[in-house]
Amino acid sequence: MADQADFATLAMEYMPALYSAALRMTRNPSDAEDLVQETYLKAYRAFGSFEAGTNLKAWLYRILTNTYINTYRAKKRRPEIADVEDVEDLYLYRHLGADQSSGLGRSAEDEALDRFTDDDVKAAIESLPDTFRMAVLLADVEGFSYKEIAEITDVPIGTVMSRIHRGRKALQKALYEFGSARGLVGAAGDGR
Amino acid sequence: MLVASSVQPATAGRENVVVGEHASEDSGPMAVEGGPSGVAGFVNCDETIERLYYYLDGELTEERRTEIARHLDMCGPCVDVFGFEAELRKVIANRCKDHVPDALLDRVARALEDEHTRQSN
Repeated sequence: MADQADFATLAMEYMPALYSAALRMTRNPSDAEDLVQETYLKAYRAFGSFEAGTNLKAWLYRILTNTYINTYRAKKRRPEIADVEDVEDLYLYRHLGADQSSGLGRSAEDEALDRFTDDDVKAAIESLPDTFRMAVLLADVEGFSYKEIAEITDVPIGTVMSRIHRGRKALQKALYEFGSARGLVGAAGDGR
Repeated sequence: MLVASSVQPATAGRENVVVGEHASEDSGPMAVEGGPSGVAGFVNCDETIERLYYYLDGELTEERRTEIARHLDMCGPCVDVFGFEAELRKVIANRCKDHVPDALLDRVARALEDEHTRQSN
């Protein structure tokens, strides 16, 4: 049992992480703020059922995710494509490597990563369909374990692993495409 | 610049590593097939790359982790791939931060106070 009086002290530190996740999910600052406020209010009301000493961050993310699915996703006018295409393994590594045909050395791919801006990364994540976007966000941005993600999103761990794996590959392709469009990566004449 | 240590697990006991015949500095990632995967404790490039994400995600058993670490100790191309993916992970996490508007902090604080007042009445 957790005491409601402790809620603000314990939960407010997760606001930046929750707000960023809300932005990536809703792709809209106004909806993201509403989603965060609703999450905190629901969490406050339910705090009595939170087991003190367990993972508060994961608990808050579970409420955020459920609220998003039940409220904001339902509001969407058009259902979005629910799947990602199959992308080859190590997509970004291979494409960035292929751009550097003159043997610039091993760190060429790593250096290419530095050229991506915050906006490129955010846009690439936001281009993923919902379920894959959430899986990648929770794993790569928030660093939750597969088990925690399974609990947060209420899906079996095998499904979580598949979503993370396929979502990451789709993210790599999206990143490369955003980078190419802005001329950051890709050899001259590479129109992808 | 690749930081090899970023892909090394905190595992002791990796001394006395026998360099496998499949570990070749000039072979590309996943270029080597049919390494001595049947040998206990040894994994080839394909098996290593297959477990890349489980390794970086910290989701492997200690035994599997040690096998991968042992392979990375002697395979430059695989270290390159692991280093790149680890770096990409950092880039994704670091570039996904947003400034929380003060108005949102105020809004949430007020909503919680209102809720507290409502519950007290």
